[in-house]
This record gives sequence, structure tokens and C-alpha cells, in this order.
Amino acid sequence: MPVSPTPLHSAAALAIDARNVGRVYKAKPNPIVALDGIDLTVRPGELFGLLGPNGAGKTTLIKILTTLLLPSSGTASVFGFDVERQTSQIRRIMNIVSGGEQSGYGLLQVREQLWMFSQFYGLGVREGWRRVDELIDLVGLQEQRVQKVSQLSTGQRQKLNFARGLLNDPWIFFLDEPTLGLDVSAARATRELTLAWQAAVPGRTILLTSHYMAEVDEMCDRLAIVDRGRILAIGTPAELKHRVQSESIFRLELDRLDRGVGALARLPGVISAASVAGNDNGADGERNTILVKLVLVDDGALGPVVSALAGLDAHIVSLQKSEPSLEDVFVELVGRGFEDDLTVHQNGTGLRSAGSRPADEESVAEELAGRSR
Amino acid sequence: MTAAKGSAERTPSAARSPFVYRPTASPEEAARWEPRRILITNVRSIAGRAYPRLIGLRREPSWILFEILLPFLTTSAFVFVYRALQSPPEYIGFVVLGGAMTAFWMNVMWMMAAQLYWEKDQGNLERYFTAPMSMMAILLGMAIGGLLMSTFRAGIVLLVGTIVYGVVFSVDQWFLLLGVFVLFLTALYGLGMMLATLFVLWGREAWHLTQIMAEPVYFVSGLNFPVARLGLFGAAALGTIPLAVGLDAIRQLAFAGSTNTGSFISPEGEALLLVAMTIVFIGLARYLLRIIERLARQDGKLITRTS
Repeated sequence: MPVSPTPLHSAAALAIDARNVGRVYKAKPNPIVALDGIDLTVRPGELFGLLGPNGAGKTTLIKILTTLLLPSSGTASVFGFDVERQTSQIRRIMNIVSGGEQSGYGLLQVREQLWMFSQFYGLGVREGWRRVDELIDLVGLQEQRVQKVSQLSTGQRQKLNFARGLLNDPWIFFLDEPTLGLDVSAARATRELTLAWQAAVPGRTILLTSHYMAEVDEMCDRLAIVDRGRILAIGTPAELKHRVQSESIFRLELDRLDRGVGALARLPGVISAASVAGNDNGADGERNTILVKLVLVDDGALGPVVSALAGLDAHIVSLQKSEPSLEDVFVELVGRGFEDDLTVHQNGTGLRSAGSRPADEESVAEELAGRSR
Repeated sequence: MTAAKGSAERTPSAARSPFVYRPTASPEEAARWEPRRILITNVRSIAGRAYPRLIGLRREPSWILFEILLPFLTTSAFVFVYRALQSPPEYIGFVVLGGAMTAFWMNVMWMMAAQLYWEKDQGNLERYFTAPMSMMAILLGMAIGGLLMSTFRAGIVLLVGTIVYGVVFSVDQWFLLLGVFVLFLTALYGLGMMLATLFVLWGREAWHLTQIMAEPVYFVSGLNFPVARLGLFGAAALGTIPLAVGLDAIRQLAFAGSTNTGSFISPEGEALLLVAMTIVFIGLARYLLRIIERLARQDGKLITRTS
């Protein structure tokens, strides 16, 4: 089936355009402000992340954008369709998958459940079965094709949810903590599917919320850091990290540095050079190399340093750029981390699948680092 | 469009991609549905939602015990009482018919009414509301699935009761009987649709109300005796409860010529009553669904999974 390669004629319409969106829940003794003047624009084709702790307002924003909730103030639109008045149009072009989602009926088999949902999107009877089989293959549930939904593991269940979300070829896909509670391999499969789905058609847009900073860092084109109903910062992961670190920091491993780290510190563009591990000379006891933390004015200063190292008769064993993490950015902006929130949230869901290590911030970071290597 | 991360990998493939099924040139085009497509989607949604009910018939055989064998014991008890009292033979038929109709009533009261509330707890209601079909299609699908399932169960009870207790029917107006039966189903499941919406609106209170009302409704509906024998109560039941009206009309038509029903409304009149009930109940269900969606979007709780 040919895919239109032409640019979107809706390029003028933002995929998401939220202006001063507020949401207040009635509660006793005091109303709860879930969103407080959110301004957010997401362009078609972006994979945009919302990063924040529990109660930050991420899910509330997604509910507003998916027409499940009205904003208390402000306006929001999805591909130009108003979330208050044009709900039908939005529902035709979007889909949503949430972490820990249990929708459907346990007595149905995987294939049957997907077929049922396909009918809600207007696929024909046979067309629905064809599409369902295709999606089952796509998400890797072939062996569970005729297994009851109630017997699926958490990871398999999320694959099923993901297949459901793709039934209608949405233009915008809302993923609310899609890897929450999944083991490492299931989380990876979900991320890969997400990226592959988006890559298939220009203009497909994803709004992703996640607790896992490494996941957001790796996947998202841009992200917003949200806390207590407000957006604290928006930008690409690199831009946000740059906010908390204007210098470029490198970790340099050299085979020798006879003239000491002071020789490096005097080079142009170098702010400081210091040994970072091992003995006072920066020597790594096990590998017999020299480790240096090099702080430069910017990345461009690295070239002259490398050239100068040859003159110093030192050879580079390894070179690694040391960047602040999104967690550093979060702490800088919010004044606290959300590790505690994360722990409570994970324990509260009870979604860990038996026999598998659930994904956590550390394992996600490890796995993503491994992939990039 | 932004220069997306890894954009080189995101160029469209000329080959058929499993990630692309119904390509559209733009979101605007994808959102533009003709009335015919809207109608077809709603019809398919009805079939889609009816589907799990029919699967359940095959996959959860516990209904044989709870909805056939146990109700049949109650029916049998009344049969033996009427026989001991040497009642007219039609009474045996009345009871067997009432036993068969119990399947519909139980289905409406215990499955249909509570279904949307249960769907909310499963997280299904949110998914339904974010899909492009009308929620009325979901309600109709639930009703039609339940109706087909219960018709099968009622048919078994009727068949077994007729054979075991030797019931002899006397039908003069087959088409009217069929029409009344269909109207009985539409009115009854219209009530079920309305109750389903009320359950979402009122939650636990509606559940308690149903439990409290179950036995009185059984009684005033005349499942095991002609409802007209209840006099004023019977008349009230005929005016408000589709089970009572439908059962009385079906008895009059299935035992033509018998004066033992004691009915004071003709089957034709009762058919009209059922039509009115159908319109009122389904209309109310539609109205309440709109209220549910409005309230849900306002307060953020009504359709959201709470457990």
C-alpha cells in the first residue's frame, strides 16, 4: 500500500496546541489544581515527552487532549480540532495506550479482543481479522494468538494494548507511561515499536509520558518537564541539559602524561583539567592509564586539545563526553528529585511480571546505554 | 515539521508496511467521515460489543447451572403446587413461560444493568469514549449480545419445560405473538440500557436499589401466575415493567381462548405499551449517556477507572 510522501497539507496546524490550559478538580476541603496555565505546542512528526513525578499533571493533560476531560480554563486543540467541541474528529485520528491498562475482556482470546476493538474503529469483519493478524505478528504475540487475555503476562498484555492502539492508524498516539511495570525486554520492544510506527509515515506524532528519564532522553525530540501542574522547561534533551551545564566536560583516558595534568590545563579553550580516579597522578591502577576530567569552554575546544596531546607524547585510550542527565535538569529546576515518587508508584501498581526483572530507571538507562554502544 | 531525532530512519517505505494500514494524506482527511462511514462504524461497533457476550455463552458454561437448572427448580416447584391444587392446565404453561422469561430478566438485571459500571472499573469505558463510535452503539451491542444469549437460554428452558410437563400451547396469531415477543425484548433491553447508564451515574446506590427491587419486581411481574390476579398492583406493573406487560401478552397469545389470564388489556394494547416503553427507555438511555459524558468530562471521575 503506497504511503503518501507528500508533505502534510495540515502543516500549518500544530499537532498539539495548548494555551494557558488549567484544570481544577473539585475536592474537599480544597480544590486540587492539576494543571496551572499550561502552554504547549507540539509539531506534526514530533515525539514529544512529558517528564514529571506523580501528580505533576501529565495524565490530566493527556486526558484533556484525548477528549476525556474538559479544561477548566484555556484552550487546546489536536491537529487544529478543538478538544471541547470537536471530539469526534479528534477520536478518529488518535489513539491512546496507558501503562498497566487492563481494557477488554479476559475471556476473549488475544485475536478476538483485537477484532472486537477493530469494529469500534469501523474496520470490516474480514478486514478486521486481517489487520488483527498483522498486528499480532507485528507486536510479537504470535504464540499468544489464541490465548485468553486473562492469561497474558504484563508484558504480553502491554503488547496487546499497543496493537489495539495501532488498529486505526492514528495520526497522533498518546502513550501514558507505556513501559510502566514492564521487564527490560518488554520495555525495549515497546520503545522499538513506538519508534518504528512513527517512522513509517511523516507527520505521525507521539506524546509520551514517562517516569524513566533515560527513556525520554533517548526517544524524544523535545520534552517538557512538568511539576505541580506547570511546565518548568521545554526543549530538546540536549538543550535542557545545556541549561544546567554551559561547559563541555570530557573524561579522558591517556596511556601516559609525563608532564602532568597541569600541561593540559594551560591549553587554549581548557577551563580546567584534573585527575579523576586512581592515585594523585590520575593513574588507573588496574589498567595503568591516566584518567583526566577535562572542562572545556565548548566542544570546539576539544580539537586543539587532541592535537596538543600528540605533542605531549600522550595517546588517547578512550574519550567520553560527560553530560548531565535529565535528572540533573529536573533537580535543578524543581529543587528535588522524584525517586521517592517513582518507588511508590511502582510498588503501588503491582504490575511486575513473574520471573522478569521490572524495568526501572537504572535498568532503562543501562539498556539504552548498551544499545547506543 | 520538526527535524525529528533519527529522521533519516523515518522516511516512508515504498513497500507495504505493517505500520500503515489505511493511509490518509493528512489528519484532516482522516478526521473527515461521511455519514455513511459513521453509520457503518456504529453498526460494526454494535456487532463488536455483542461479540464477547456470544463468546461467553460458549466459554463460560456456568450459566447452565445458574440460569437454567436453578431457575428450572423454581419453575418446577410451582408446577407441582398447581398440579396439587388441580389448577387449570394453562397454569402449568404460564409457569413454564414465566420460567423461560426469567432468563431475560436476570440477564437485564444482573448483567446488562451493572455492565457499564463494571466496564468503568476495567478501564473499558475510557477506551470506548476515546473511540470514534457512539456510546449508544456500545449499549446496543451489549443489549443485542445479551438478548441473543438469553434467547438461547430461554429457549432451552421453554423446550425442556414443555416436554417434561407436557404443556400444550394454543396459538391463533403467530405473527402477533412474534411481534409481541420482539417488542418485549426491545422494551426489556431498553430498560437494561437505561439501568446501565443509571448504574454509572449512581454507582453503588443503584446496585443496592436493584437488589432491593429484584424480588418485588419478580412478584409483581407475575412470573409464576397471571399478573392480572394482583389487581391494582398488577395494573401498575403492566404500566411500568416490560416483563409484566410482555409476559401477559405472550400468555394471552400462547393460550388463545383461555380466560385464566384474567387480563384487562388486549395483546394489541400491550404491544402498544411495549412500543411506548421501548421509546421511553431507549430515549432515556441516550439522554443519560449524554449526561454521563458531560459530567465525566467536567468532574473527571465518572468514567475513569477507580480501582
